[in-house]
Amino acid sequence: MTALSRREMLRASLLSGAGLFVAFHIPRKARAAAQPPAKPLPDPNAFVRVAPDGSVTVLLAHSEMGQGIWTGLAMLIAEELDCNWSKIRVEHAPASPVYAHPAFGIQMTGGSTTTWSEFDRYRQAGAMARAMLVRAAAAQWKTDPKKLRTENGFVLRGSDKLSYGELAVAAQAQTPPKSVKLKDRKEWKIIGKPTRRLDSPEKITGKAQFGMDVRLPGVRTALVARSPVFGGKVKSFDASKAKGVKGVEQVVQVPSGVAVVASNFWSAKLGRDALTVDWDPGPGATLDSAALVKSYRETARTKGTVAAEKGDAETALSKASKRVVAEYDVPYLAHATMEPLNATVKLEGDRCEIWTGTQFQTMDQLTAGRIAGIPPQNVSIHTQFLGGGFGRRATPSSDFVAEAVQVAKAAGVPVKVMWTREDDIQGGFYRPLFLHRIEAGLDDKGLPSAWKHTIVGQSILTGTPFEKMMVKNGIDETSIEGIVDSPYFETVPARLVTVHSPRSPVTVLWWRSVGNTHTAFAMESMIDELAWAAGRDPLEFRTAMLADHPRHRRALQTAAEKAGWGKPPPAGRARGLAVHESFGSIIAEVAEVSVDDQKEIHVHKVSCAVDCGTALNPLGIEAQVQGAVAFGLSAVLHSELTLKEGRVEQSNFHDYQVLRLPDMPTVTVQIIESDAKMGGIGEPATAPISAAVANAVYALTKKRLRSLPLRFA
Amino acid sequence: MKLNVNGTVHEVDAPEDMPLLWVLRDVLGMTGTKFGCGMAQCGACTVHLDGQATRSCVLPVSSVGSRMVTTIEGLSPDGTHPVQKAWAEVDVVQCGYCQPGQIMSAAALLAHHPNPTDAEIDLALAGNICRCGAYQRIREAVRAAATQRRADR
Repeated sequence: MTALSRREMLRASLLSGAGLFVAFHIPRKARAAAQPPAKPLPDPNAFVRVAPDGSVTVLLAHSEMGQGIWTGLAMLIAEELDCNWSKIRVEHAPASPVYAHPAFGIQMTGGSTTTWSEFDRYRQAGAMARAMLVRAAAAQWKTDPKKLRTENGFVLRGSDKLSYGELAVAAQAQTPPKSVKLKDRKEWKIIGKPTRRLDSPEKITGKAQFGMDVRLPGVRTALVARSPVFGGKVKSFDASKAKGVKGVEQVVQVPSGVAVVASNFWSAKLGRDALTVDWDPGPGATLDSAALVKSYRETARTKGTVAAEKGDAETALSKASKRVVAEYDVPYLAHATMEPLNATVKLEGDRCEIWTGTQFQTMDQLTAGRIAGIPPQNVSIHTQFLGGGFGRRATPSSDFVAEAVQVAKAAGVPVKVMWTREDDIQGGFYRPLFLHRIEAGLDDKGLPSAWKHTIVGQSILTGTPFEKMMVKNGIDETSIEGIVDSPYFETVPARLVTVHSPRSPVTVLWWRSVGNTHTAFAMESMIDELAWAAGRDPLEFRTAMLADHPRHRRALQTAAEKAGWGKPPPAGRARGLAVHESFGSIIAEVAEVSVDDQKEIHVHKVSCAVDCGTALNPLGIEAQVQGAVAFGLSAVLHSELTLKEGRVEQSNFHDYQVLRLPDMPTVTVQIIESDAKMGGIGEPATAPISAAVANAVYALTKKRLRSLPLRFA
Repeated sequence: MKLNVNGTVHEVDAPEDMPLLWVLRDVLGMTGTKFGCGMAQCGACTVHLDGQATRSCVLPVSSVGSRMVTTIEGLSPDGTHPVQKAWAEVDVVQCGYCQPGQIMSAAALLAHHPNPTDAEIDLALAGNICRCGAYQRIREAVRAAATQRRADR
């Protein structure tokens, strides 16, 4: 299946799902009205406002978490509006059905979908606003709107001109047009132009407000003591010492634990330190990572639920000239957003107000409304800048928002619930631990003839409201993405992919590039192993397998050429490559590495070539690719969470290590000119880096490292 | 106790063991300095104490004494410090949460080493984590700021 058709399928399933969510909360007879309508033109007033002072305010239906949509969506409006770029302001929109994701039907940010999904709607809103300004000018000049043109924030008639600011009030009274013609690609002045971020000025002066920075009169600060074991419950607690801490006002029990409510963070923290909680740890108390990997290894030798099957893989394996068997595993990982989680909640009568950095406004409204006992539309969400998201602020259960509403409800005061870094690292919602076992065979021409692949790992979506849509026949789509739709597979005549999805009390979640974080590692490592087993150059081997995939081949060749593939690397270094398609974009990466005397791996250079279809903002794309490579390198070189007796052994950045500046390679990014359908860019570059580095390490040392983070035993 | 922040002396009522970070954020309402780890591991809370880059999350406020505290709000009145200008020019920020700390570390480095080598830049900012992975542009921006600073002399 191509990424495109998968995306369309996802879209269809989530759309029906959106109706489903709504159905939980809206009486049956109102359901018809709640179904997402066919796409009419947007209400331009919801997306762009022109003010009498000439400023143009763009309202963001999605959350800015570093990915640059604050700038990108404004570029789409500005392209069609012909406004003065320096007059653009951007704001997060409130939570409202009008801002539902055009593909998913709920207000959310994720899946590297914002730019492609909003490409039409934001341009349409800009074009409609422009048409209304033109009509207002035509009315004033008593002329035909068709005779007027627009440029840089003015409507022009010969040498006469009226500024958008002068026309703002009159334009507001115009009826939005029933149709608009968008500019042809050849007429674009802003789309495709490297454009600096609009949120830089406030982010380099400390003025940008994140959820953590929300300060409102009367709002207390709360920290929650949560079970040290996943699934554990409070048996009893003693708050006497905690209440003795200056500034601590209340200690209240909530479903997730015990909350210490204080006048400020430091008091809340000291109060929580002084709290004694007796936990009933439950069955999670025996969890152990080493045992888990061992049991996954055993499970991987048995057949799971069939995800893809063609021909007879077993027979083909037995007839293969050469067989390669390998197991790849990846650990639990925390997102570790720089801004620890937080949410500020004020409950008043039948209203709930929430200030937070969230990727999931609609889910938050539904969950908060259910807890507060009010309709979801009575929940207002003031989206703040997100100090990183990477998926963590998109929990189907709205965990950190739900908990803050619970605390506000129990304490009877407005609260800001804050997480410490320890809470974050040990708080679950991890990239799940996964293990892949692959048995592959080569025919006498040195090409893969058989592929038997068993995947073992927790489902992210089972047990969530998304299960019905994204778990098919017991298989979570996110467990197999990047495998069953791999273009390499088309060339393997006999193949079998099966999946085991063990249950666990450990909560798991999507983590930048989701299933591709492990599937690309397994897939592209194995392809490399086969290339070496066949005695073929890894680039030539891939190119041969990808004969029918010109975009993949081009990405590979572009990245390889820039990296100097085929020319000898500097002494003590070697190169490895990988290509992977995810989120509708294709990225090839070539890593150049060395290994020092202490057996530490150093990544010096990464050459990336990306085909993401139409490139809205090349400067932003470069930043996203560099950042996604860095994010992936944390997992390749450093990060790992382990469980012992049910407890997470790491707690902060001293033992949950992430990439730091001295580790950062020089990452070159080449954007391939492409008129393919636009894909995503926030996540795809994270996926191939693990295999690119592991393959380079093999080329250098002839040691195949198959566990992340990569380490020499 | 008295606390000199960005040239203004504040009379602060706070427990002696309260870290400077929380005095800045919760007592004085200056939220530009960020909380990231609480154990001097990530650098988001970096401020200057008499010009030295310091992690404010582990520094008891009582130990500040008469030293001058400079925060991101006081680095320049309008975001025109050479480091801030370079940050905008190079388009460094992504989510932006770590950037006040990155900028304060970079500004302290350049104040003491106007012409740092790449190794010195890496070392001086090794304590500042950026999860978005904006490191490459951080490095470029520090170099650009150093060049600009020398040109301004």
